Amino acid sequence: MLSLQDIHSFYGRSHILQGVSLEVEAGETVALLGRNGVGKTTTLRTIMGLTPARKGVIIFDQQDITRQATHRIARAGLALVPSGRRIFSNLTVRQNLLLAQSHSKSPIGEGWTIGRIYDTFPKLAKLDSRRAGFLSGGEQQMLKLGRALVANPRFLLLDELTEGLAPAIVGDLFMWLKQLQDEGLGMLICEQNALFALDLAQRAYILDKGQIRHQGTADKLRGSKEVMQYLGV
Amino acid sequence: MYGLTQLFSGLTTAALLFLVAAGLTMIFGGLRIINVAHGSFYMYGAFIVSSLVGTALTSSAHATALFWTALIVAPLVVAALGALTEYLVLRPLYGREHLLQLLATFALFYIFTGVSLLFWGGQYRSISIPPMLQGHLTVLGATLPVYNGFIMLIAVAVGLFMWWLLQRTPLGWRIRAAVEDPEMLAAMGTNVRGLFTGVFTLGTFLAGLAGAIVGPTQSVTTGLGAQILVSAFIVAVIGGLGSVAGAAIGAIIIGLSQAAGVLWAPQFESAFIYVAMILVLAIRPSGLLGVPEQ
Ligand SMILES: Nc1ncnc2c1ncn2[C@@H]1O[C@H](COP(=O)(O)OP(=O)(O)OP(=O)(O)O)[C@@H](O)[C@H]1O
Ligand SMILES: [Mg+2]
Repeated sequence: MLSLQDIHSFYGRSHILQGVSLEVEAGETVALLGRNGVGKTTTLRTIMGLTPARKGVIIFDQQDITRQATHRIARAGLALVPSGRRIFSNLTVRQNLLLAQSHSKSPIGEGWTIGRIYDTFPKLAKLDSRRAGFLSGGEQQMLKLGRALVANPRFLLLDELTEGLAPAIVGDLFMWLKQLQDEGLGMLICEQNALFALDLAQRAYILDKGQIRHQGTADKLRGSKEVMQYLGV
Repeated sequence: MYGLTQLFSGLTTAALLFLVAAGLTMIFGGLRIINVAHGSFYMYGAFIVSSLVGTALTSSAHATALFWTALIVAPLVVAALGALTEYLVLRPLYGREHLLQLLATFALFYIFTGVSLLFWGGQYRSISIPPMLQGHLTVLGATLPVYNGFIMLIAVAVGLFMWWLLQRTPLGWRIRAAVEDPEMLAAMGTNVRGLFTGVFTLGTFLAGLAGAIVGPTQSVTTGLGAQILVSAFIVAVIGGLGSVAGAAIGAIIIGLSQAAGVLWAPQFESAFIYVAMILVLAIRPSGLLGVPEQ
C-alpha cells in the first residue's frame, strides 16, 4: 500500500534521510522507531510532500506520489497526525473538523462523520464550539486524531501520539487505534514510546541517523536485547 | 463645529486606509510577504477610473452610469493584475529569504510606477464627483461631503463582508487556518497555493477599490501609491500584521490621529501618525490584535 524506496531528504544542506526504504501492506500497522532526531518526523514529512524527497520513489496505492503536491497526496488518502500542538487554535473544534472533512474520501467500512467522531470522543462533542487553542493536551490529541479520521483516509501517519499524555489517556488511545486497525486502516506509527508502538504494530523499522538499522516483526524486535537497548527501553 | 468636521475627515481617511491595509495585512498573514507594491494597485484603481470616466465635468446621467461602471471595472482589472503578479512573480519566492521577497516587491513597485507613467503620463488628473454624490450634509452643525459619506459606507460594507467571510464561511476558516499553519492545512487536502492566489487577488481588489473611490477626492498622480503605502503599512502594523479586524481599528486610530494633527498642530500633522504608532507599539509590540511570533 505504501512503499518508500531509497529515500533521501534534506533540510537545506543537511542530509537527513540517507536511503530509507520501507514497506507497509494494506491494513497493516508498522512502527518506525528510533531515538531523538534520527529522522522519524522527517520520514513522515517526506511522505506527505512537506519535505519532498530529493532522491528515491514513494508509491502509495500504486501511484507515484514522490513529487506530488501535499494537498494531492492528502486527497489520495493519506492523513497525517502531526506531533505537537498543530491544531488550528483560532478555529473552533467543529471548524477544525469541517475543514478536514471537506476533502473526505469514500470511506473504508462504516466511514467517519463528525457525528461518529463525537460518539467516539464524547469529550470533543462537549467542546464543539470551543476555540481549539483552549483545549488541553489530551483533548488536542483527540482533535488531531479526529481531524485525520473525518477525512476518511486509507492510511494514517501518526507522529508521537502519546507525547505528554497521562497514562490513562494513553490507554484510551491504544484502544481507539486497535479499533481502527480492526476496521482495516493501515498505519505507520512513529513513537518515542517504543513499547506502545510495538504492542500495536505487526512489524517495525528501527531508524538510526537517517538509515534503517533493524527491521522485523514486532515480536522479534521486542525480544532483541540489542534493539531494546538501542531504544533505551 | 470645526472639530466635528475634522472628525469626519479623519474617518474618511480611516475608511480608505482600512481598504488598503486589509489587503496588506491579509497578504502578510497568509503569504508572509510584505508587499511594497500594494500601493501601486491602489494607484492603478484611481488611474483606471480616470481613464474610463474622463475628466469632463458633465452632469448627464451618462456620466453617472459611467462612474458606477468604472467603480466595478477598475477593481476587477486591478485584481486580475494582482492575480497575475502573484502567480508569476511571488509564487517562486515563497519560503525564500525575506530580503529577496522584499526586493522583488520593491522592484514591482518601480515597474508599476514606470508602466503608469507610460500609460497615463506624469500629469495630474482629476475626476469629477458624479452629480448624485455631490453636495454636503450638515450633521450636528458640521459639514460632511456626501461623497465622503459614500466612502465610509463602502468601507463599512467591505468590513462587514470581510467579517462574514472570515468568521462564517469555510473559505474564511481556511484563510485563517492558512495564516496559522499552512503546512497542516495542505496536509488536510487544501490547495494552499491556490488559496494564497485568492487571498492576494482579494487584497489587490480592495486596494483597487480604494483607489477607484478616492479618485474624485484628490488629484490622481503616480505618487498616490507610495503615499498611501506608508500609512497603510503603519495601520497594518499597529493593528497586528495578519489581522483584518486589527486593520480596521488601526485605520480609525491613524485616521483620527491625522485629523487631530490637522486640528491642533497643522504644521506637525504627519508627526501625529508616528506618535500614535509608537504609543501603540510601546504597549503592544505585536500590534493590537497581533499574535507574537513564536
Ligand atoms: N526544519 C529543520 N531544519 C533543519 N534541520 C531540521 C529541521 N527539522 C529537523 N531537523 C533535523 O533533522 C534531524 C531529524 O529530525 P526529525 O524531526 O525527523 O527527528 P525525529 O526522529 O522525529 O526526532 P524526535 O524523536 O525528537 O521527534 C534532526 O537532527 C533535526 O535536528
Ligand atoms: Mg519527531
